[in-house]
Amino acid sequence: MSSTTAAIHAGHPPTTTGLDHRKIAIWAFIGSECMLFASLISTYLIYKGRSRTGPFPHEWWCQATNATSATGPIANCPAGALYKPILNIPVTSQSTFVLLMSSLAMVLALAAVENKGKKGWAGPGWGGRLMESSKLWLLATAILGAGFLCYQAFEFTSFVHEGLTIKTNLFGSSFFTLTGFHGAHVTAGVLWLLTLLAIDMKRGLGPRDALLVDISALYWHFVDVVWIAIFTLVYLIR
Amino acid sequence: MATTATAPAYTHAGSEAESGLWSWLTTVDHKRIAALYLGTSLFWFLVGGLEASIIRLQLMFPNGRVVSAEMFNELFTMHGTTMIFLVVMPLSAAFFNLLIPLQIGARDVAFPRLNAFSYWVYLFGSIFLNVSWFVGSAPDGGWFGYTPLTTLAYSKNLNIDFWMLGLQILGVSSLAAGFNFITTIVNMRAPGMYFMRMPIFTWMAFITQFLIVLAFPVITIALVFLQFDRFFGTNFYEIAQGGDPLLWQHLFWIFGHPEVYILILPAFGLVSEVLPTFSRKPLFGYPVMVYSGMLIAFLGFGVWAHHMFAVGMGPIADTVFGVTTMLIAIPTGVKIFNWIFTMWGGVLRFTTAMKFAITLVALFTIGGISGVMHASPPADLQQTDTYFVVAHFHYVLVAGSMMGLFAGVYYYYPKFTGRLLDERLGSWHFWLFFIGVNLTFFPMHFSGLYGMPRRIYRYDAGQGWETFNLLSSIGVGFQILGVVIGFWNFWRSRKSGEVAGNDPWGAPTLEWSIPSPPPDYNFAHVPRVTSRYPLWDVKTPHAEPPPQRASMSPRESPRRLPTAKELGIPMPNPSIKPLFVALFMTLMFASLIAIHKDRMQLAVVLVIVFATALTASLYAWLLTPLEDEH
Repeated sequence: MSSTTAAIHAGHPPTTTGLDHRKIAIWAFIGSECMLFASLISTYLIYKGRSRTGPFPHEWWCQATNATSATGPIANCPAGALYKPILNIPVTSQSTFVLLMSSLAMVLALAAVENKGKKGWAGPGWGGRLMESSKLWLLATAILGAGFLCYQAFEFTSFVHEGLTIKTNLFGSSFFTLTGFHGAHVTAGVLWLLTLLAIDMKRGLGPRDALLVDISALYWHFVDVVWIAIFTLVYLIR
Repeated sequence: MATTATAPAYTHAGSEAESGLWSWLTTVDHKRIAALYLGTSLFWFLVGGLEASIIRLQLMFPNGRVVSAEMFNELFTMHGTTMIFLVVMPLSAAFFNLLIPLQIGARDVAFPRLNAFSYWVYLFGSIFLNVSWFVGSAPDGGWFGYTPLTTLAYSKNLNIDFWMLGLQILGVSSLAAGFNFITTIVNMRAPGMYFMRMPIFTWMAFITQFLIVLAFPVITIALVFLQFDRFFGTNFYEIAQGGDPLLWQHLFWIFGHPEVYILILPAFGLVSEVLPTFSRKPLFGYPVMVYSGMLIAFLGFGVWAHHMFAVGMGPIADTVFGVTTMLIAIPTGVKIFNWIFTMWGGVLRFTTAMKFAITLVALFTIGGISGVMHASPPADLQQTDTYFVVAHFHYVLVAGSMMGLFAGVYYYYPKFTGRLLDERLGSWHFWLFFIGVNLTFFPMHFSGLYGMPRRIYRYDAGQGWETFNLLSSIGVGFQILGVVIGFWNFWRSRKSGEVAGNDPWGAPTLEWSIPSPPPDYNFAHVPRVTSRYPLWDVKTPHAEPPPQRASMSPRESPRRLPTAKELGIPMPNPSIKPLFVALFMTLMFASLIAIHKDRMQLAVVLVIVFATALTASLYAWLLTPLEDEH
């Protein structure tokens, strides 16, 4: 008994699950975030089709007559009163692709940190050396995340130019709030990644720090998955 | 199982920086944070009680003239908001902080600085909420803040802004604590402390944290919508634009109903600790107690619309929510019977803690039964918005939660302070409070059934309500007396109470195996747990009655406890950074008030300034290691 307790005295007792505390906490946090986005997405879906005036996500709208059409431009609508469907699915598909690729880069960043110091784990040649660079993949993830944010900034400004603001109608309020919350999460993620990159530049991240990258990756993938839900429910389903 | 079960009274090893204001501002010790929560929430209990007393003074006689209608609205709103968010939740948090690490055999919570952060956010948030009194705009939309009453069109002043921003700030505190305690319980249990050996309080705390982390995001979003509507002109609750005020009600009660279990489950947990100790019997049906707690929490997410029968959701929704609500009575009833069977045939000791605990079992049942009554939509349509409902939720929250929490205070005070509360004063506290609570809230069943609506600030004579209102107001007098005596007892016994020793009650769980108050490292040796009642196993291996508590006078030469350093236990360093992060976060939220005053630019500047300060202090926090290198 006394010898075992003496061993415990040096440092902390091992955790019950063997996992680091931060890993458990990030999962609890993600569970909580699910409820946050569930509330936002539900509100968007509940209010879908209930806006009194346009512009609408998938329909043409004539401001003068308040007529809508799901198929094409409305005939006899005075000039300047006709509004296109707001959502631009081709452009958003591109930004979705960018965000999905950022998850790939995140996986590679984690692999690079976990395997750092293992000679040649990623294969021979310059391709292997590329794979081994945690700085490259952390930077790539952050850049792709920032790219997604640029797409979102472009989307928001073009919507405002097309006549949809957060005040315009229920669609505007619920759309900008939902996607804005998601964008804020991506922004926080980019800052997190840049912080990790700064640490990597300063002292190098190795297998000992894999957990730091691991929890940021869990967060990043979660934010990505939420976007898949938003893209499907808001953009793709009419 | 050679735990330290028999250590005598002791003096602190007097490690440096243990006292003084700075040590409290920078503390990351879960026991000191618990004490901060305890003191702050008891202070707000007095404030909330004062608000209630003015309400009862106004309603004591027909056509009361004590306060104006506007003031009355502010009083009942702040009474509810204060008692729920500033009293019962943080008072429960005081016990989570004190007990979770001690009961599972840990040396602290998983994230000590995050724990301090939670407390400071709570403190600053509670101050922010109450600053509204001094600018003459206390929240006045009810604790439920129904739209459209709370939208800009119907509430043009700052009242609601204080309320929604205050709740948002307090939510951060609860969520941060939730992640912290979940991690602590999952990951810091001592060897052998399997889930099904955990003390039932820790179990109920565990379940409560899941309720918190899953329910609070929903009200966060509901409040975000309200903020956007009020500050930026969005349409979420704007009827003219097709917005639906019922969206608020749904989101609010999806949070609000789990919230009532957040308020009661910790008290259930405390009572489940007190009853076995003073019955000298293990808790009856331990696994069923755990499962019924889980079931209550699970069903708690599926009953929210029973708060909304009166809005006309249609027969299907009414039936479904009526049935799910009645289902909750089953696990709750199971708990009541298990507590009774725990006492049945036991060697009962009627200490003050025990009296409070038994009272919860008895009076919560009354509140539970009236709850089942308005689970039935036709009955609810008669009772909704009357004093009958007020009687119901005060029986579950005052006669339930508060009685349980007072039981916890009397039971665990020795663990907080090392000294016992005075039992004679405790008895006065209990009996006056008990009589007061029943005298106040029981007549409300009748005034409600006679048709007296809630939230009216005046009523005419001759409707048969006079006697009941007078009785209710007299009851408040008894409650005040009881609480004053109780608080005097809490204050006085810190210094003059009888020295408690490790285990003044002959209790079975780990927290009683260590000195009172515990040293900063809690356990010199990490305990190894072999059963649900480790101390009873040690003291009475053959089920003999536990020995009477040895009387310990302070004059006995106390043994000095070794310090963490001497034992080689790594301890977290104190840190002021959580306080700064909490402060800047509160200021950031508070500066949004400027938007309401049409000072958008000022608000933007302030938010940017405080957000920068917040980020800087957060990085300073995260980049400083918790402990020295060892």
